[in-house]
Amino acid sequence: MKNNIKDLRTKFNLTQAQLADKLYVSRQTVNAIEKGKFDPSLPLAFKISQLFQKPIEEIFEWEEENI
Amino acid sequence: MEKSKLSRCTTQKRNNLLLFYWTMAWVLTMALIAFGPKFLWDNNDTLNLVGILVNFLAGIGMILANKKHLNDLDELQRKIQLEAMAITLGIAVVAGLSYSMLDVWNLISFDAEISHLVIIIGLTYLTGTIVGNLRYR
Repeated sequence: MKNNIKDLRTKFNLTQAQLADKLYVSRQTVNAIEKGKFDPSLPLAFKISQLFQKPIEEIFEWEEENI
Repeated sequence: MEKSKLSRCTTQKRNNLLLFYWTMAWVLTMALIAFGPKFLWDNNDTLNLVGILVNFLAGIGMILANKKHLNDLDELQRKIQLEAMAITLGIAVVAGLSYSMLDVWNLISFDAEISHLVIIIGLTYLTGTIVGNLRYR
């Protein structure tokens, strides 16, 4: 699953550590999500969506080959 | 933001310390019941039983502390732990039974000891955790 969290984070002028604090996860988790190595749970995706004030589908992009 | 950072760090630090203390208590009481009967209380049955009971209770404390530690990890950290534990469980069952069969059919010149299995479990879990952390770095 692709996402544009890195762009949004930069736009909001946040470091990975600061975003991790706001989401109550580790910096490692933010980094893994940004790199597409780890897909967040639905509650965490909603938290991210709420934080950046954007719908989930504008942040995450589903890739068919993952099915 | 600063409060949540402190809160998360504090929680993890507290859980790590709690797990460390309970693990040390278990290891030390294990050493006590392993060597105490011979070197400290001349194989007194009552003291042996008390030692085993204290060690068992320390083990329960360690298990509960580990459960709390795992529950307070975030979802990626839990995934890393789950993968490491899955591999460890598989290796423990497969290697443990193979090792036991080697002993049963006298294909090894020494007795299969449970401590060897514990070492394999520890090393597998450690390797699994390191590999998981490197993969999601």
